[in-house]
Amino acid sequence: MADILQIKNVSKTYDADGDNPVHALDGVDLNIAEGEFVSIIGPSGCGKSTLFNIIGGLIDDHDGEVLIDGREVDGAHKDVGVVFQEESTFPWRSTLDNVAFPLEVEGIDKAEREETARKFIQLVGLEGFENHFPAQLSGGMKQRTAVARTLAYEPRIMLMDEPFGALDEQTRMLLGDKMLEIWAALNQTMLLITHNITEAVQLSDRVVVMSYRPGIIKEIIPVDLPRPRTSEVIATPEFGTYVGKLWTLLREEASRGMAEAEASIAAR
Amino acid sequence: MTKLHKTPMIVGLFGLLVCAVLLELAVSFGWVMEIIVPRPTDTVLSFPTLQEDMDLVGNFFVTLGMTAAATGLALLIGLPFGYFLYRREEYGIAYEGWLAAAFSTPIVLLYPLFLVLFGRNHLTLILMGCIPGAIPIAIQTRQGLLGVSKTLLNVGRSFNVSEGDMFRKIMLPSAVPTIFTGIRIGVMYTLVNIVAIEYLIDFGGLGRIVSQMYDNFSIPETYAAIAAVILVSAFFYWGFGRIERWLRPV
Repeated sequence: MADILQIKNVSKTYDADGDNPVHALDGVDLNIAEGEFVSIIGPSGCGKSTLFNIIGGLIDDHDGEVLIDGREVDGAHKDVGVVFQEESTFPWRSTLDNVAFPLEVEGIDKAEREETARKFIQLVGLEGFENHFPAQLSGGMKQRTAVARTLAYEPRIMLMDEPFGALDEQTRMLLGDKMLEIWAALNQTMLLITHNITEAVQLSDRVVVMSYRPGIIKEIIPVDLPRPRTSEVIATPEFGTYVGKLWTLLREEASRGMAEAEASIAAR
Repeated sequence: MTKLHKTPMIVGLFGLLVCAVLLELAVSFGWVMEIIVPRPTDTVLSFPTLQEDMDLVGNFFVTLGMTAAATGLALLIGLPFGYFLYRREEYGIAYEGWLAAAFSTPIVLLYPLFLVLFGRNHLTLILMGCIPGAIPIAIQTRQGLLGVSKTLLNVGRSFNVSEGDMFRKIMLPSAVPTIFTGIRIGVMYTLVNIVAIEYLIDFGGLGRIVSQMYDNFSIPETYAAIAAVILVSAFFYWGFGRIERWLRPV
């Protein structure tokens, strides 16, 4: 399948002209095919979220190029939808109004946007909660609302930055199954940023392993587990092999990150 | 009205009734001097006299109208100024401390200056009421906008939301609770200042009645007029609560 997203030699340095420049990314190259589910995994500080923000158009001042269908993108782009790690639903809007938000700002009339919103609310399994406000929902339901809202934007590429990172392990696995259902139903290109190895293997076609700072792509592991896939796959020996392989690659990077963080604290 | 809304109202009225009964007993048994605090029943019974002699209801609306005008002016000044202090960070940092200091000064003591500048009229009441009201509104508007979650702003940016929609649909609703805290504080200070000036210059609405009744040693009537001031305050508190819930239901 043709590449929908191309990341070419992307680098980013924070405080480049200051006393303590931080090299977050260094020459990242990655191609994502249409309909592919790719996870990017790495230790804290490897530049995952920076890469996410660059692809999402939330960081402009970087080196290198981000291309969608061969065209360079600059700033937020209609083809890219974003699901954030932090709580991102609007507390003053009901589930229905939250999901309809991107359609509302596009000027789509109320009846049409509500119909579309209801479709995606059903897809994420929140039917019956249309009139509930985020404060009345669990953490997992809020994140599903955020997912539905991004899906309602109908992006060609869906970026997710540890969307289930704040949830407990069981909820995370069940929501992983839900994401796989959505991915299969919509044939959506998905790019997941995570530091959870099992989540990456459970969901992905490929797992991109990043090094600790400056973030570079250390290795790309294709996950050759059968589809359609559910969380039951974690009981298979093949799943364990992938997890073990990824941990071997990550262990050194995570140790380096931890040692650097401790040295930084000690130096204060 | 839902049970959730009814219950606190009933509890509040019951508490008020209990306090009134205890005060009635305290005055009856001589524990509190009647010349200082009247019986609540005497205060209630003085309302018809006060209406007949001093047009209590008319003056209630004078104070209410003055407070509404001064609060409106305070909103017209405070909201855009707070937004300006948010947009221009250097001015925000420079002026917020001064504004907070100005808020804690007894602006009411400047009334002779305002009398000289504007005369003994409603304009003086409105202007002196608006100054202490505008300050907390400006401060809280800036704080409310500064407190908007960066994630929510990024959600807007990721959906290519225009600057106008970003303000109307994300920043403003997000900042509403903090801004309304400022408005509530502002309206209370506005009312206090207006009643104080009415009292001091013997002009206007309820403050003037309190002053005259106090000078006549009409203690129940004095307290009845003060109770009417509390009703003005309660009206604004309720009204702004309704507007806040309309702007941001949750």
